Amino acid sequence: MPNAISPTLVDTALSASLVFDVAHMFAGGLVLISFLMLYQDRLYALITVFALQAVVLAFSVAWQAFAQDAAHLYVTAAIALAFKAVVIPLALRRMVARLGIHRQVETVVSVGPTMLAGIALVALSLVVMLKATATAGALAREDLAFALSVVLLGLLMMVTRRNAVSQVVGFMSLENGLILAATGAKGMPLVVEISVAFSVLIALIVIGIFLFRIRERFDTVDVDALDRFRGGRW
Amino acid sequence: MSLHLASLHLASLHLASLLPHPAVWLIAIPAVAALALGLVASYRVAAALNVAACGLAFCAALALLFAPRVAGPFLIVDDLNIVFVVLNSFVAFTTAWYSAGYIAHELETGRLTPLNLRFYHAMYQVLLGAMTLALLSNNLGVMWVAIEVATLTTVLMVGLYRTEAAIEAAWKYFMLGSVGIALALFGTILVYMVAQPVVGEGADGMIWSVLMAHARDFDPVLLNVAFVFLLLGYGTKVGLAPLHAWLPDAHSEGPTPVSAVLSGLLLNVALYAVLRFKLLMAAHPGTVAPGPLMMAMGLGSLLLGGLMLYRRRDIKRLFAYSSIEHMGLIAFAFGLGGPLANFAALLHMTMHSLTKSAIFFAVGQACQVKGTQKLADIRGLTTSHPLLGWSLVAAVMAIAGLPPSGVFMSEFLIVTSAFADMPLLALPLVLGLLLAFGALMVKLSGFAFGPPSPGTAPVKAGYLPLGLHLALVFTAGLYLPPQLVAWFRHVAAVMG
Repeated sequence: MPNAISPTLVDTALSASLVFDVAHMFAGGLVLISFLMLYQDRLYALITVFALQAVVLAFSVAWQAFAQDAAHLYVTAAIALAFKAVVIPLALRRMVARLGIHRQVETVVSVGPTMLAGIALVALSLVVMLKATATAGALAREDLAFALSVVLLGLLMMVTRRNAVSQVVGFMSLENGLILAATGAKGMPLVVEISVAFSVLIALIVIGIFLFRIRERFDTVDVDALDRFRGGRW
Repeated sequence: MSLHLASLHLASLHLASLLPHPAVWLIAIPAVAALALGLVASYRVAAALNVAACGLAFCAALALLFAPRVAGPFLIVDDLNIVFVVLNSFVAFTTAWYSAGYIAHELETGRLTPLNLRFYHAMYQVLLGAMTLALLSNNLGVMWVAIEVATLTTVLMVGLYRTEAAIEAAWKYFMLGSVGIALALFGTILVYMVAQPVVGEGADGMIWSVLMAHARDFDPVLLNVAFVFLLLGYGTKVGLAPLHAWLPDAHSEGPTPVSAVLSGLLLNVALYAVLRFKLLMAAHPGTVAPGPLMMAMGLGSLLLGGLMLYRRRDIKRLFAYSSIEHMGLIAFAFGLGGPLANFAALLHMTMHSLTKSAIFFAVGQACQVKGTQKLADIRGLTTSHPLLGWSLVAAVMAIAGLPPSGVFMSEFLIVTSAFADMPLLALPLVLGLLLAFGALMVKLSGFAFGPPSPGTAPVKAGYLPLGLHLALVFTAGLYLPPQLVAWFRHVAAVMG
């Protein structure tokens, strides 16, 4: 609607395809980086890759802000850039060093099957979303399909990792997918509020790990560990 | 659009009259009380203040019954959410009352410090306010945020004891809860995407009453996908299998009043969110019926809960699994739909909240006098503490579904309507109920009868909240006031 009143770049055919291509590139980049995260076997490297994803997310959100003429989305982009690409990775690095956490990412399933599962999840989300959003605009459709891929890959990472830090990284990458979806939905209200709420949530998680010295574990696969933590209480 | 404008108009008309709508009070009271409780140092004053604030909120909830039904841009008051609000604020009130006695004992034994308690009381009100906001919010985004806040506060309360097990439980709850909340957000975004072409950009696309008015024009396929995410996301909070893993830990490691609030209230709030979206789905003829999905998850939870009851060694975990079983039953009944099943589900939800919180009141006292939560070390309660023991026996009999409790009546109605609609599904339903019944009887004979285990300290917390809940549950089994029946029947009809 606003576009009808104040025609922007978006309306001309040439730049419409440019808008689409750039948004597409960023969203695809996010999925690609999610895959990069799946096969990292060092915590520091994992954190670095996550920071990279946050940077790409910030660009993607900023591009949406420009394309939709929605100034408030720049706030979300700034949060992603400052908080998720700089503050959180730095805090996590410090924590890994201070708490003496294992530098290796411990996986439940080895990398090969995880990557295959990841490919299957991306295929699934493309099939589901492209079919379900047949009536929506092309930009929103592709965005949503990529966002769902990022969400599912984040989930996959959470269930296939053992240490708390890599589970948290998985959760944050899942959340990147949500922000991508929310900014892709044109004119969605509360996006900024939601991204702030998530930042608070993540800050709490990180503080929680630090305060309670949660080092490893929390997997439901290792039966010994389960028994130990339940203290035989059942 | 026109409906939205009309409702705006209604809301502004209402603001014009000097007294704000009770719904506003319901949210303002916990907010103010939380601030005040953060400042009060004395735990006795804080506990009294907590009870008073919950009492006031309950009065406001009762006033809501007689207040006009409105649907503004922020809040909605309709027949469906009033049931939840009244039930919630009543159980919150009695739990606050019970908690005053409970925490005094925890302070004596040194499990909690005065500073912990200050935090605990403030969090109790934040939780209450967030749950009420989730129930009353007309904006799906605000509802999502409110449920997230409620989850976060309970995470903090579950980890209150700072033991390794408590922190482990809080962490597990946190991670699974966050995944649930993330999936629910994705579903909410999808709902907005569905609505946006029809109702236009901006806040309208998230207002539930506007969405309901336009539901017929939505794209059914995307709406289906959205519902799957919402059911999985909010279903995690309801404790539906296979996403229930957080629930037993969270119930067993926190302070017992928190277990009572979790089981009696928070699970209902999450279920309410699912029901709202179910209504949205039902308003569109072209969508997949949401019922069978809910029935499948409900039946799974019921059977799983029933089976898992047998191997429990911790008394609070035992009743946590019983909550999974009952939430499964309620989800099943709502999924079945129709006036009778919806009525039964509403009744069962009410009875389960009352009975389960009563059980946790009694269990909390039992754990305090015996100094343990292990079932092996809690024996012969009826001999060592007759009043406590027999109340617990009565409460467990009620939750197991024996007549004349209200739970018997609601379960009977659910089974009857299942037999009428889908006889084949009624068989696993009855099987699940029998499994749970058997397990509860086996465990009950262990902790209630036989030679008592050591631990004969007198009971500290009062019996009044417990007695009140039990009286209500058993009265409901014998006599339901016609007004209540008419009210529930009306809500059940609205739910379709």
